[in-house]
Amino acid sequence: MADREMAQEITEVQPLAVVPGFDLKEIAGDFLRGLWEEIPLFRLVLGMCPTLAVTTSAINGVGMGIATTFVLVMSNILISILRKIIPDMIRIPAFIIVIATFVTVTDLMMAAFTPELHHSLGIFIPLIVVNCIVLARAEAFASKNNVIRSTADGLGMGIGFTIVLILLGTVREILGNGTWFDMPVLTGIMEAFEYEYQPMIVMILPPGAFIGLGLLVALANKIEERRKGKK
Amino acid sequence: MENVVEILIILVSTIFVTNFVLTRFLGICPFLGVSARIETSIGMGMAVIFVITLAGVSAWLIEKFILIPFNLIYLRTIVFILVIATLVQFVEMVIRKTSPALYNALGIFLPLITTNCAVLAVALLVVQKEMDFFPMLFFSFGAPVGFTIALLLMAGIREQMAYARIPKVLQGTPISLVTAGLMSLAFLGFAGLVK
Repeated sequence: MADREMAQEITEVQPLAVVPGFDLKEIAGDFLRGLWEEIPLFRLVLGMCPTLAVTTSAINGVGMGIATTFVLVMSNILISILRKIIPDMIRIPAFIIVIATFVTVTDLMMAAFTPELHHSLGIFIPLIVVNCIVLARAEAFASKNNVIRSTADGLGMGIGFTIVLILLGTVREILGNGTWFDMPVLTGIMEAFEYEYQPMIVMILPPGAFIGLGLLVALANKIEERRKGKK
Repeated sequence: MENVVEILIILVSTIFVTNFVLTRFLGICPFLGVSARIETSIGMGMAVIFVITLAGVSAWLIEKFILIPFNLIYLRTIVFILVIATLVQFVEMVIRKTSPALYNALGIFLPLITTNCAVLAVALLVVQKEMDFFPMLFFSFGAPVGFTIALLLMAGIREQMAYARIPKVLQGTPISLVTAGLMSLAFLGFAGLVK
């Protein structure tokens, strides 16, 4: 009995004994949470606008995902560093300025190095500022936790967001255009059987975005339901 | 006369042909978030029309008289988001002082508007397209009107949908998204109405 109590005490105390901020398990947890448990777009309905707008092809999804991840990680880091300096009353405007700064950096970098992608993402790059995910993570996580955990959280959330963007982009591009990352997938298969692929143009058009994402979210719900059922 | 036609074309095209929510994907969060009841969507719609029209005008003025003369165009995003946040606060204070009835109707929606991407999008679009004053004014008015129409339609459908039997995995966001998709399909019918 005493042993068990002791063991319990040890497990309770141990995380505190390690230098705060270098608990690998905790950091891994922060990172992984963004990938499924709280994956943006499926679990948290945040950041819909860019998702629906830019996913006409998989490559656009990748570009938008990387841009958002960069902004998320950098703003999480800076906000986490400044969290004790920023007065509580004006924290939201302060967060927005930090985020807007990194978005401007991303915007100018993309215009310089990937002009084509910059053109096809268009107005949605500056609009990362009002992507609710970034502000939500700043407010809910980075303003309360240390730099390393905030970095892990930003990275996890960013990658989770990117995964969904690529998924939706893949579905829409394959059905709507017959290609994937500009490689002929459906068109190629159909050609092998000497048919011509008739693309479902509606998937590239706005309705396809809404319906595609709606069905993907339903699928995620189904998987989660199964997982819970098994437990 | 020509001006009237031009204004009508701008209004019809921003409200229906390139509807902000259903064809441009701007303002999806409030579109899904506050469309559960018709009453709240009317409040939100009015607040959005008010703020976006003001935001469009102020962005245009700032671009013309501050950013371009001082060669500060790269600061656009930061300046506009700050102006919008301040504007929303200011509007909230003015309404609270002058008209308590209006404040009760719009009050709770105003803080939400800062992160409505349609506001920043209008501000950026009017300066990117280098519009003149009057086209800009009607563009910034038509865009939120289109948003409000889509929001009201959605709220009407969702009030009815509350009585429907929806499979469990589709409940909530998924069914709203699919509904929005069908509405967007209907709005595609307006394409080609205005060249």
